[in-house]
Amino acid sequence: MRRASVVSLACVALLLASCAAPPSRDYQPDALALMKRDFQAKGSAGMDRLNEDSVQAACNKFQDDPPQEVADKLQKEQFSAIKWPADGKLLGDWKAGERIAQNGQGMAWNDKGGVGGSCYNCHQVGPRESSFGTVGPSLYQFAKKRGYGADIQRYAYGKIYNAKAYNLCSQMPRFGHVRALTEQQMKDLTALLMDPASPVNQ
Amino acid sequence: MKQALVLGIVAAVAAAPWLPAAAQTPDPTAAEFDKFREIMEQDNPAELFEVKGEELWRARRGPKNASLEQCDLGLGPGVVKGAYAQLPRYFADIDRVMDAEARIVHCMMTLQGFKYEELAKQPFSSLTRTPEPVSLVTYVAAQSRGMKIASPQNHPRERDAYETGKAIFHYRAGAFDFSCASCHGADDKRIRTQPLPNFTKPEQAVRAVQGWPGYRMTGGVMHSLQWRMNDCYRQQRFPEPGYASETLSALLTYLTVNANGHVYRGPGIKR
Amino acid sequence: MADPMKIRATLQGDVADVRVLMAHPMETGQRKDAAGKIVPMHFIQTITAQLNGKTVFNADVSQAVSRNPVFAFKVKGAKAGDKLSVTWQDNKGDKRTDEVVIGAGS
Repeated sequence: MRRASVVSLACVALLLASCAAPPSRDYQPDALALMKRDFQAKGSAGMDRLNEDSVQAACNKFQDDPPQEVADKLQKEQFSAIKWPADGKLLGDWKAGERIAQNGQGMAWNDKGGVGGSCYNCHQVGPRESSFGTVGPSLYQFAKKRGYGADIQRYAYGKIYNAKAYNLCSQMPRFGHVRALTEQQMKDLTALLMDPASPVNQ
Repeated sequence: MKQALVLGIVAAVAAAPWLPAAAQTPDPTAAEFDKFREIMEQDNPAELFEVKGEELWRARRGPKNASLEQCDLGLGPGVVKGAYAQLPRYFADIDRVMDAEARIVHCMMTLQGFKYEELAKQPFSSLTRTPEPVSLVTYVAAQSRGMKIASPQNHPRERDAYETGKAIFHYRAGAFDFSCASCHGADDKRIRTQPLPNFTKPEQAVRAVQGWPGYRMTGGVMHSLQWRMNDCYRQQRFPEPGYASETLSALLTYLTVNANGHVYRGPGIKR
Repeated sequence: MADPMKIRATLQGDVADVRVLMAHPMETGQRKDAAGKIVPMHFIQTITAQLNGKTVFNADVSQAVSRNPVFAFKVKGAKAGDKLSVTWQDNKGDKRTDEVVIGAGS
């Protein structure tokens, strides 16, 4: 997301007093100090969630547009941390996958992990659900368009596990990496996208 | 009466064809939702809370048995008309930028003797209870109906609050790596069927101000921006922001200043 | 005493267009609370409107009507300065009356 250039263009076009001049300094330290003072832990959401990990730090520093060498290095690190299923099988049950895709809960302060994938919040997935978001691209006919091979299965599973391993500053959460989904749930979602019998590929 | 209207609008929306999710094509359902909102804003149950809020403003309450009629919302003690449209702003008496609800809470503490901990314990509406600050902020907001949003940027601390709020808005963290911008930093996106205005742009930032405080038909409850910020952070998988805190005042400064110049239509109504 | 209503009466010729916003939980008696217990019925049963003391509108209301309802109706033969009062009564015997003076026409 190229925020900096979009905002500066908007400033030029609209001549707002509030952004007539770029800020004199970096305000992130002020922001973080305020947040650390004013936020409180609640339920399963601890204050550690305010700390940037390597990915968040890079994406915050470069406003989601990191230099190639930074992206390459961190994407490689994220990829090597992916835990692939020990039995080598990446496809689960697509029917269970549809339920997981529909469920928008999990990992908030009022619940825990292993609940849902929130897929429909951001994506079109199956053909029968018209209540889908557009934050991410449509996944309809995912395998039909890309192929059903082992390489695409691996791409789908890997992306669900850790989207940042493929695109460092993606807005997609790292469901496996933070244990928002279990291995079985991720297999079920992979099947939803990759199984020839799944409604997604009809 | 209202139910027939709702059914009519819902039928109209359901009949609208689903366009493919291409960035260029405008969503026809967005216009239908706007029409729905405008119709529902007439005879908005929020008006009931405006009346309640005015009663609370004038009533002698709290350990000091005082009213809020001397509360300075930024335009002088007791001046309510037009104050909401010019908040957040800097207040020298507490050396802090404050949004409307934070300032009301401040007045309830200093003028009436209420304690912050009591007011922060259960600050959001439920089916059976509307906290006093929520009715009060609804009354105060209604007194700026029809006025231009004009959160000041004259004082250096107001400018600091804007920049700090902007940094908060863009800060990615939490279990899902979300910032406010993850949902509200791009054009023409929606979550499920809920449109996500791009708050970094002035013409869309007005949606962060307009409609709040808002009467939510689901559950028949009155909610203010303090609730909205809290619920956003819950969905962002962050820990919980402090009620009426400086962090939220800074964030609200960023959003409101971006919306400056647009006319505020008063408390809104939501599904 | 129950929370106040908000009454708006605008004149178009000799017809008053009246819209009343009422504060009431309108519990159907079917809803369960967080603990799983049924929340008892509590809803407006009758609404009456009077113009200068004379009844001009009468309604029997059921629990199908939503929370914080709006009622709209027209009254013929009204003029500026007339007093319009609206009264509701619910199944618990609670009552509320509010009054407005009809303003000059639109």
